[in-house]
Amino acid sequence: MGFKRKDLLGTRDLLAVEIKSLLESAESFKEIAERPLKKVPALRGKTVVNLFFEPSTRTRTSFEIAAKRLSADAVNMSASTSSVVKGESLIDTVDNIQAMAPDIVVIRHGHVGAAHLIAGRIGASVVNAGDGANEHPTQALLDLLTIAEHKKLEPGLTVAIIGDIAHSRVARSNIWALITLGVTVRVCAPPTMLPRGLENIAGIQICRRPEEALDGADVVMMLRIQLERQDRLLFPSIRDYARIFGLNRRRLNLARPDAIVMHPGPMNRGVEITSEVADGEHAVILNQVSNGVALRMAVLFMLGGQGA
Amino acid sequence: MSEKLSSILLKNGRLIDAGQNLDGNFDIFLLNGKVAEVAPNLDVAADQVVDLNGLWVLPGAIDLHVHLREPGYEYKETILSGARAAVAGGFTSIACMANTNPINDSAAVTRFILEQARLAPAKVLPIAAISQGMLGEVLVEMGDLVAAGAVAFSDDGKTVPNSKLLRHALEYASLFEKPLFCHCQDNALFADGVIHEGMISAAHGLTGIPTLAEEVDIARTIMLAEYLKVPVHICHLSTRGGVELVKAAKARGVKVTAEATPHHLFLDERAVVDLEYREPLDENLKPSMLCYNTNTKMSPPLRAAEDVAALREALAAGIIDAIATDHAPHEATEKAVEYGLAPFGVVGLETALSLALRLVQEGVLTPLQVAARMSCEPAAILGLKDRGSLAPGMAADLMIVDPEREWAVDPDKFYSIARNTPFAGWHLKGRVIKTIVDGQVVFSL
Repeated sequence: MGFKRKDLLGTRDLLAVEIKSLLESAESFKEIAERPLKKVPALRGKTVVNLFFEPSTRTRTSFEIAAKRLSADAVNMSASTSSVVKGESLIDTVDNIQAMAPDIVVIRHGHVGAAHLIAGRIGASVVNAGDGANEHPTQALLDLLTIAEHKKLEPGLTVAIIGDIAHSRVARSNIWALITLGVTVRVCAPPTMLPRGLENIAGIQICRRPEEALDGADVVMMLRIQLERQDRLLFPSIRDYARIFGLNRRRLNLARPDAIVMHPGPMNRGVEITSEVADGEHAVILNQVSNGVALRMAVLFMLGGQGA
Repeated sequence: MSEKLSSILLKNGRLIDAGQNLDGNFDIFLLNGKVAEVAPNLDVAADQVVDLNGLWVLPGAIDLHVHLREPGYEYKETILSGARAAVAGGFTSIACMANTNPINDSAAVTRFILEQARLAPAKVLPIAAISQGMLGEVLVEMGDLVAAGAVAFSDDGKTVPNSKLLRHALEYASLFEKPLFCHCQDNALFADGVIHEGMISAAHGLTGIPTLAEEVDIARTIMLAEYLKVPVHICHLSTRGGVELVKAAKARGVKVTAEATPHHLFLDERAVVDLEYREPLDENLKPSMLCYNTNTKMSPPLRAAEDVAALREALAAGIIDAIATDHAPHEATEKAVEYGLAPFGVVGLETALSLALRLVQEGVLTPLQVAARMSCEPAAILGLKDRGSLAPGMAADLMIVDPEREWAVDPDKFYSIARNTPFAGWHLKGRVIKTIVDGQVVFSL
């Protein structure tokens, strides 16, 4: 098999063969969702702890369903970031979890590197379900799985990622994986949300205007705009943002006629994407959600199914 | 410590002293805590005669920028532990920043620090705050603080955002001929930044600290000093743009001096994601986390490679006057957290001299320039008349260095209470083997 790591911390250092291997495995898990009895015994007796330091419904539920369909025992721990305020450090929290001998720990945390800190400390496999603005590898891989249903993931394909690039772990994980596969990556953001230094990273095309990014694109990924960022002087108003960067039907017409539209959710309808596009024939947003379960089954299986 | 010696004769050493512009073989006679004589071949009776056999003798290093954490944070470092770390690294005088608890903004705190330092092996020189409580609102009682022993004024990491207050601080301090040490930082531009804004922050989603945050404030500080015709010292330059500003100001005759830290002279932003990016580390001593290691987090942050190159060039050219460590001890558990939550700062006293010698090995500095940047210039910035050189009549503060001695940095062997160095596992060549303060041996390896 192509993927033999202890942990999945990001897509940055994944090899193309590892990505393909995970996608192939996910492909085979898709079918389980169609069965009347949606369960296989692959991870029976294994314990998966979902450790979420940030609120999340979709990703946590997706991991939980994935674990349960593999017959693992899935436990959710919602540690709010206030555990720091309560005085327990991340390392102490994780040492406690390790003492209960889990096989896989899925962690989401508001700070960059939290998953790496844990992975270096415990014997269990660690899946990064989001660390600050750094990485969210399973989201990127499920996005690739979704793209692969419609397009060939190979050089020649053009993906436009539009929105708050600076604060987006979804964008980063997608960028690294797509570059590794040789796909053309265009990014577009308001200048206040485009991280300085990105221009020095090979393989990323930076577009000033969404029209430029959309022109002839095969795949359009819209990012969620975090409305609270408006308080931090990054953009003048939601109205202004929607006017310049929002994806509407008129703008979408610039992309290829068979372009697909993606969004990692949750969507701000009428802000980064209009309802007519989000619910339109180009949108594959709910497919992304379905594929999330299959992809996460593949990841848990690859990490938990080996060695034991 | 052994019995007090009243005289020591150091024979056959290579004296490297920028104050006298000497680099050659000299004997040095220390008597009653002072340098009594320096000559190629001395034959005088002494309590102790040491044959150095070619080892180097440099004036004791003077660190313009350390944090000793006492009073208030003795679990991180005490005045005594910090001073022990200092002499182990060849520093015979250390100027300590005011951000203790309570803050050193009154003569009472200054006197407490000096009282605690009475048993310390190094000279401890308290830097007082600029504003009361470092709140940037009301000036400290500078006259009272100077009388108590304050050698300089600084609000360090807090900066003085109010330009009118900074103006008055510069004016008032000039009355006592005491320098202001300015940590230049525009707080709004710094915001919640964690690492240098550049390639690594963009790729890893860590909030960036733009070079601009430092340079805007250096420009403001220089303009004030220029207008008022008073001296000012810029702490820990980290950017190419900052170097350009200081260079241009010096050319215009502004009385501006500047320091740089060893970590900014050796490491760039890549260390944040790979501590081993520059060279392989000792297998037994290297940290378990090479990526996002919080010992790469300090303020100002590790900058881009071009900034490191500019700092090195400026240090050689004398645009940067001094190497200062910004020794900032933190307890291990405080650093063993998420990168974004870790406190800023790294220790430096016990590695600085060997790293300065590495600059010699890498062709950046001459040995004489090391003596200038670590002793002579810092003494001049502080206005210390009897230290920073080993000319006859000066205090007998010196270090004996074995330039060939190889060692690997092992934080567990530090005299400092803290271990937060980004240089763990580095292989260094050249080490302080003996330190003498006021004619007394205070450290022997």
